[in-house]
Amino acid sequence: MSIDEVQDDIIQAFDEIEDWMDKYQLLIDMGNSLGPLDEQYKKPQYLIEGCQSRVWIHAEYKEGKVFFEAESDTVIVKGLVYLLLKVLSGRTPDEILKTDLYFIERIGLKEHLSPTRSNGFAAMLKQIRNYALAFKLS
Amino acid sequence: MESKFDVASIRKHFPILEQKAYGHPLVYLDNAATTQKPRSVVKKIEEAYFSHNANVHRAVHLLSQQATEAHEAARVVVQQFINAAEPDEIVFTRGTTESINLVAFSFGEAFCREGDEILISSMEHHSNIVPWQLLCERKKMTLKVIPIDDNGCLLVDEYEKLLGPKVKLLAITHVSNVLGIENPIKQIIEKAHKQGVPVLVDGAQAVAHMPVDVRALDADFYTFSSHKVFGPTGVGVLYAKRSFLEQMPPYQGGGEMIDQVHFEKTTYNRIPFKFEAGTPDFIGTAALAEALRFIQEIGLDKIADYEKQLVNYALQELSKVEGFQLLGNIPERHAIIPFQLKGIHAYDVGLLLDKLGIAVRTGHHCAQPLMERLAVDSCVRASFAFYNTSSEVDRLQAALKKIYKMFN
Repeated sequence: MSIDEVQDDIIQAFDEIEDWMDKYQLLIDMGNSLGPLDEQYKKPQYLIEGCQSRVWIHAEYKEGKVFFEAESDTVIVKGLVYLLLKVLSGRTPDEILKTDLYFIERIGLKEHLSPTRSNGFAAMLKQIRNYALAFKLS
Repeated sequence: MESKFDVASIRKHFPILEQKAYGHPLVYLDNAATTQKPRSVVKKIEEAYFSHNANVHRAVHLLSQQATEAHEAARVVVQQFINAAEPDEIVFTRGTTESINLVAFSFGEAFCREGDEILISSMEHHSNIVPWQLLCERKKMTLKVIPIDDNGCLLVDEYEKLLGPKVKLLAITHVSNVLGIENPIKQIIEKAHKQGVPVLVDGAQAVAHMPVDVRALDADFYTFSSHKVFGPTGVGVLYAKRSFLEQMPPYQGGGEMIDQVHFEKTTYNRIPFKFEAGTPDFIGTAALAEALRFIQEIGLDKIADYEKQLVNYALQELSKVEGFQLLGNIPERHAIIPFQLKGIHAYDVGLLLDKLGIAVRTGHHCAQPLMERLAVDSCVRASFAFYNTSSEVDRLQAALKKIYKMFN
């Protein structure tokens, strides 16, 4: 599936739900399904510190593609991480850098990208792009 | 909950409370961060700008005289509100934080030397920690910290041990901004004074919830913020005994605070103006006075009684929620309930409460050393004001039940 197909799938899944709390329930379930990050990556060099929550992210470059693993200490942010990795993990650096992540706004979670949310999510997205750029230039 | 307190008519003074958040009637439980403003306070601001806006203490013209009168009348209102001996003992600042910084600087310059000590407690807000750290760095002094027990209560025996001959000042909160614990300030001050140690009390979380009498407490310094007591943002109060204000050098230099300026030597204005450099927020001070009048009309004793009932009702109802864990086991709390839902991050709880129209604060509440001591990363804080109701408590309870289910 192309990146946009994955995004459209996510949008559809959220569109089918009307109630806000049910949307968050889906996000929580997704967060809970995100596997634990290997303990070796739960270290300061992989940590993105938000004021309210923390995110750890690790990237690996294999055969021209970037693979991400990440975790957060809060389940809602984990849910957001799950969605982000579903869209961006296993893609080429160019794809990651060029992608317009329209799904976040379409499912009504754009507020989480605001730096004032200070949940580490916006910083994580930036970090994902930094990894992609670094691998592209390496 | 039975009460003679007419909260319904009080709420009518606060238009913001009629709002909806995400389709739900707003439940505002973040009053420890800032309080909402009654119509009369906002009206006062408009009135002041539209009818007597002119710089204070300077011009001969009518508007300036009116503005000056309003500003100085506000000082008297504040003086009476905390029962200070005279209006000259009230210094207007930008907030509690600036009030504490002012004392840390000017008291430090006048009274502190290398090797001296400043005493604070483990439950202080960052604003009552960092200014003292800066002073200690500047003067090569030591910051000593009174420990607390596992429930967050001050260890009085340890406090007495720390009150040594090198201590120059004790700075301590009246009510904890995280736990809602009231410190036994009167006894604490008595003990300090026996050793000749003056005391600064951070009253930011106290003045909106109980009558405060600085002379009965015998506090040497008392600070609070206007915005936490239903007044406008950007105005703060420092009460200090005359003798200290007279001995302390100015904090900032500029207009207002001077007597005579010559390049060779400048002399300073009398107190309190010596500590009010630049144009003060004379509109804000008039509006603060209006806020204080507003709550005095209701009566702080009545407010305290009502809030006590409300918080007790909340504790009783919230303890029925599965997973509800209260932070600190203390007999009485002032308008603040700090908690966690078992196994759920405070951020997740706060975010979902928001979606259900309930505003709370989550995180470390600018008191990281306290959170470390209590061994928690973050917590949810529901903080009340006299316009909150028992049905809002019910809304909070229902929301927490729902959230707990979503995660379990």
